[in-house]
Amino acid sequence: MRTALLLAVVVLSGSGGDIMVTHAMKKVARGERWTWRIAPRRIGRALAEGSMWMGVGMMALAFFALITLLSWADVSFVVPATAANYIVGALGAKFLLKERVSKARWAGMLLVAAGVTLVCTAH
Amino acid sequence: MISQSLRARTYLFIAFIVILNPLGNTLLRAGMNRAGAPSHWTPEALALFFWKAFQSGAVWLGITLLILFFICYMLVLSWADYSYVLPASAASYVVVALLGSTVLGEHVPLRRWVGIGFICAGAVLVGRTFPATGREN
Repeated sequence: MRTALLLAVVVLSGSGGDIMVTHAMKKVARGERWTWRIAPRRIGRALAEGSMWMGVGMMALAFFALITLLSWADVSFVVPATAANYIVGALGAKFLLKERVSKARWAGMLLVAAGVTLVCTAH
Repeated sequence: MISQSLRARTYLFIAFIVILNPLGNTLLRAGMNRAGAPSHWTPEALALFFWKAFQSGAVWLGITLLILFFICYMLVLSWADYSYVLPASAASYVVVALLGSTVLGEHVPLRRWVGIGFICAGAVLVGRTFPATGREN
């Protein structure tokens, strides 16, 4: 039970953190054309966004949940399970960030999740 | 023209991400390993552990590379789709395996090469889509 709970925290908090960071970056870049000179200003403005810090906090929570989980669960179970990040991330991109996730991206995401599972469980 | 420049810029930042993240993690791990594990989980033992860890140049270099990685990650997400960046940056697993195999001379089992093939295929498939479906900037 605690394994499933922590796994859910790792996946949901990790993907949620990424989505919050993406939201903050898209917000500060809205209507602004990219040049290399605006990069520091863009970063500075993002650091003033609440959603950026919430995202970083969620990423930190996912990280601490992961190392706690690894203190009793097998890596060969945990890492493939966290590959679910790719699927949850794609769902978050589609429904929360309103991105157009094409069939090619879904297929790519599934291939990457399968590949990460194979890479991390090979001994 | 704009879309070509956006695509090239996205590839460049994904390349930074794919190289900086595993390199930073490896340096951080090497520095932390040299500091050894904390003897006890008391505040004094932890303070001593971190004091020793932060005296390592590898730890500071690792932290610097990870900060640079996060800056690149933030910037690429300011124009590219998250559903593009997420799978494309998984190519860092490939870099780790290739570094391990070529530089460190580690044995990479067949199962891992098959996994690398899957990741490459997935990253290529996603890489062929346009990075920013919402708008161009």
